[in-house]
Amino acid sequence: MWELIERNKQRSLWLFVALFCVLLVLGGLIGETIVPSETPFMGVGFLGGILTAIIVSSILGAIAYWTGDDIVMSVSRAVLVTKEHHPQLYNVVEEMQIAAGLERMPEIYLIADDAMNAFATGIRPEKSAIAVTAGLVERLNRDELQGVVAHEMAHIVNRDVLFMSFAGVLLGCISMAGEGFLRGFFYGRGSRRSRIGGGRTHPIVLLAALVFAILAPLLARIFYFAISRKREYLADATAVRLTRYPEGLASALEKISGDPIDLEGYNRFTAPLFIVNPLEGTTTNRRNLFSLGATHPPTSDRIRILRALSGASFRDYQSAYMKVTRAADLFPERMLRDKSIVPLRQMNESEKVAESSRKTVKERHRTVGDALLAANGFTFLPCICGLTVKVPPALGKANIACPRCGRLLFLPNAEVRPLERGYETQSPAVDASLAYTRKGGNQWESFSCSCGHPIHLSPLCRASFIECRNCGRRIEIRSPDTTR
Amino acid sequence: MMILGFVLALLAIIVFTFLAVVAIYNRLVSLRNRVKNAWSQIDVQLKRRHDLIPNLIETAKGYMQHERETFIRVTEARAKAMGAGSTGSLKEIAQAETTLSEALAKFLLTVENYPELKANENFLRLHEELTSTENRIAYARQAYNDDVLALNNKVEMFPSNIIASIFNFAKADFFELENKSERKAPQVKF
Repeated sequence: MWELIERNKQRSLWLFVALFCVLLVLGGLIGETIVPSETPFMGVGFLGGILTAIIVSSILGAIAYWTGDDIVMSVSRAVLVTKEHHPQLYNVVEEMQIAAGLERMPEIYLIADDAMNAFATGIRPEKSAIAVTAGLVERLNRDELQGVVAHEMAHIVNRDVLFMSFAGVLLGCISMAGEGFLRGFFYGRGSRRSRIGGGRTHPIVLLAALVFAILAPLLARIFYFAISRKREYLADATAVRLTRYPEGLASALEKISGDPIDLEGYNRFTAPLFIVNPLEGTTTNRRNLFSLGATHPPTSDRIRILRALSGASFRDYQSAYMKVTRAADLFPERMLRDKSIVPLRQMNESEKVAESSRKTVKERHRTVGDALLAANGFTFLPCICGLTVKVPPALGKANIACPRCGRLLFLPNAEVRPLERGYETQSPAVDASLAYTRKGGNQWESFSCSCGHPIHLSPLCRASFIECRNCGRRIEIRSPDTTR
Repeated sequence: MMILGFVLALLAIIVFTFLAVVAIYNRLVSLRNRVKNAWSQIDVQLKRRHDLIPNLIETAKGYMQHERETFIRVTEARAKAMGAGSTGSLKEIAQAETTLSEALAKFLLTVENYPELKANENFLRLHEELTSTENRIAYARQAYNDDVLALNNKVEMFPSNIIASIFNFAKADFFELENKSERKAPQVKF
């Protein structure tokens, strides 16, 4: 499987090189028409045009490389979540990391949006991340979530984001250059008109530049979108290789495309990243002329292919693809050389049963909402009356009254101190490195571990130590009367 | 002149063969390392499961006083699996782990009769961890077997089999859990 991915990288490189050559030729031709020279294709204009194209695309490429991941995350209003915030989501991602044999665990982001969608970034491998919306986590079961995460993991493994963003930068440059040139040529007045093609340009060069400026962006776009669609199919096929359970992804796609809520945090540039493009009407399932300019294949086709699979290998995916779309082959011959049979698996028994008695929608909504709040730095203070008070990070007070019963709740503030050397803990078995002294009295107490994780003690707590759930440090709990 | 051409051709062949041998050898080494790495991943996940079980039983004990047998079965299966993990062959490990999986499945099935336990926050957390660990074992096994297949193909196929036999690259064993369905998490309802 990993050799296939290696080959796939080479293919992407060709796309990249081709787009780059087109950009260079376009730059050269435009330069030639602006600053004509005695011998065509040798003068300042031609070379200057090529140089400008190289410089502009490199600068944009560098910007995409260094800041692209952060920009995407901030456009989507995504927050980083850890295992503590939503264990199931974290587990599902880690399982896929193991299945993919990826060395580094991608970061997980949650998007505060009720729509259902997900995307992966990772222009730089050390910055790879998977983002899912709250709506997705809320309304998919474990197997479906697994399918979506597997699809995103496949994008990371295949390095799709890197290639597609760089190809996108080149495409943008080609469109920009072509459009700019045409505008300058047709609408330019006075001085500009005389500059472009001001008499001295060879008419054939001018014609070539015009034709190229019209055709290059168009062809590059069609080419780019075709590759993008192919990569979505490849990510689906890889996802099935990872989970061996196509129905999970299929029913997830069905739920996502049938979901009436529209995603909010995206723009024209981040839309192609999502598992289902929020810009493209997900309910339209006809392959019309417009689909030439679609970044994703029709979702209904993807679902039907997944449901027609008889095995998890790329060969199986290819034959299912040909059966459903009646189109020619999808993957190159090299990818299909591996003839080993990869069987699918049955639905997880636990999932089968879980379907019948899942948590209610309200409960799931609350779980995801709490995960979002916690990820945003809210502190959860349990009160003895049973209410959990969720306090925003910048409250600016040391305590807060419980809205139900009026008891004062204390916000955690670093009250643990490192133990001095040589001091013996109350229970010798415990190798505590921190200590917290209780205030006493009949109320909940909260403090934060030195790692910053808040810890809450019930008034009934009689433990002599507690383990921080975040960092695993052991903290000794001292009752007030034994304070030194 | 003829001799010079002949020598050059010979030299080119030698250099080419040498480079090919180096490439194949490196490929074999990287495949073997990948298999080793994948195995350690399985090992980690199996240990993780062994570590989870005492906690799970400790939490359940308070609610399920009349299920001593189930507890004993799980504990024994765990002890056996841990023993096999430290000394046994791949086959023995697989066998012991399968027994443990079955014992766990039975245990989780009996949990069904204890709604109070099912509502316990701590138990829910442990249960999600257990489900995830079962999945991790399955996925780690899947990745391991893929890697083993790649290595074994290289060791058997011409021309890499020659280099493999010179440098003593052995085939690796698959890790098969004896389950009918491809993989099976413990059966439990919530």
